[in-house]
Amino acid sequence: MDQIIIQTLHGLVNGMVLAMVASGLTLIFGIMDIVNFAHGDLLMLGAFVGASVLGVTGNYWLALLVAAVVIGVLGALLQITTLRPLIGRDPLTTILATFGVSLVIQKYALWQWGPSVRRISEPVPGDFVLFHLQYPWYRIATAVLAGLIITGLWLFLKYGKYGIWIRATTQDRVMAQAMGIPVPLVYTGVFAIGSAMAAASGVLFGPFAGVTQTMGFDFTLRAFIVVVVGGMGNLGGSILASIFVSLLESYAAIVVSPAQAVIVSFIVLVLTMLFRPTGLFVPTPK
Amino acid sequence: MLVLENVDAHYGKSHVLHGVSIEVRAGEVVGLLGRNGVGKTTTLKAIMGMARRTGGRITFEGRDLHGVPPHGLAGLGIAWVPEERRIFRLLTVLENLRTGLDRPGVTPARREGLLEKVYAYFPILRERRNQAGGTLSGGEQQMLAIARAMMLEPKIILLDEPTEGLMPRMVGQIQEIVHALHREGVAILLVEQNVPLTLDAAERVYIMEKGAVRHHASAAELRADQRVIHEYLGV
Repeated sequence: MDQIIIQTLHGLVNGMVLAMVASGLTLIFGIMDIVNFAHGDLLMLGAFVGASVLGVTGNYWLALLVAAVVIGVLGALLQITTLRPLIGRDPLTTILATFGVSLVIQKYALWQWGPSVRRISEPVPGDFVLFHLQYPWYRIATAVLAGLIITGLWLFLKYGKYGIWIRATTQDRVMAQAMGIPVPLVYTGVFAIGSAMAAASGVLFGPFAGVTQTMGFDFTLRAFIVVVVGGMGNLGGSILASIFVSLLESYAAIVVSPAQAVIVSFIVLVLTMLFRPTGLFVPTPK
Repeated sequence: MLVLENVDAHYGKSHVLHGVSIEVRAGEVVGLLGRNGVGKTTTLKAIMGMARRTGGRITFEGRDLHGVPPHGLAGLGIAWVPEERRIFRLLTVLENLRTGLDRPGVTPARREGLLEKVYAYFPILRERRNQAGGTLSGGEQQMLAIARAMMLEPKIILLDEPTEGLMPRMVGQIQEIVHALHREGVAILLVEQNVPLTLDAAERVYIMEKGAVRHHASAAELRADQRVIHEYLGV
């Protein structure tokens, strides 16, 4: 019983961080039909920028903010230089382009920060006792903060002027243009928002396992799985799928080793593709 | 105001428009009649920069539209009400209207004024303002599409088969709004298959066949002598 409660908490915390990563990825896919394979690498780069700012200033919250802004701007530049010229081309070209960007970012990080693991110290100190386990408060704070950021994104999309532009463009980009919405600018903005959220997730996740230049791919893969399971381009679905998959992995870790538990998410992915290819949390189209 | 000169357009490899020349003057309602597939909708899409234009010139108030980005046309005063209506299905009625309101230079008072105006024309839209656009009936979606275009305060509206598939009562309402827009001085390029409605609403009419304008006359002339219409439309 204790095990189940601990693993539920664990799954929820991991699920919230994953939801933050996945919401950026799904937002970009929904509006531009681009699968951004560099998404996890932007997260990694954000974590390194955060670690550097933290090293200089000692202020974690400043590091979080700077990382989000810097990577947001970088994301906008990437979109303008790499992806905007490919609009209207075969989707394969954008996959290759983002994959290329992913490699460039990884090698840059290796060159700039080296292969060793960087630590980000926990901004919220202290543990509390959960049954026989010392559970760090920081993990709880991370989940809450991720939840707040996702809620903020949702409110922005629902009520903000630019949120309406984004949703209108996602649904019908031709009509959105006819209504005077500057669609190329909306694309760039969405890419910047997605990148900034990835960077913030990187800084949030940093204290869990440290920052390395190879951490990005794992996140891309996991985010991609939950985006497919939740229904491509469906923000709410991706968030639910993040929590769902993370909880399943946590429960599986009770029975098998944590490394083997990762397999669960792939099984969910394969089953989803087989039986509900539109996503678990989307009503089946008539 | 809006002038098409010898416009050619292609869809993929097929040549759809052959030297189409049409003019709409400020505040004028102009009809564009023709059977299905003669290029009426493509003519509107060519104006909106959505069909590949391969020849000719389109100018609006003397300005060549070539090189104006698709999202720049609304700012010039050109609004489009497509045949398929293209309501943002997951946006509410009010959010659909907001897509045309959230542009620079619209004061809160003017926004309210514009909303009140379309709600007065289409009371049903006020009732349904918080309902998703996709849940509206066909006629209500058509009203929303027109109302959404009105949010741009356009100088001209390209109105593509607004009465297609509507109940007669709805057709009457669309006809009224066309008249109302005309009274306000908004020019309309009206693509229709409904001949009586077009002859009633328009001042001049172009008749298209096989991607080209075959006939051009005042609506009064056509009302008096409908032989041309029989010839090209078979009605």
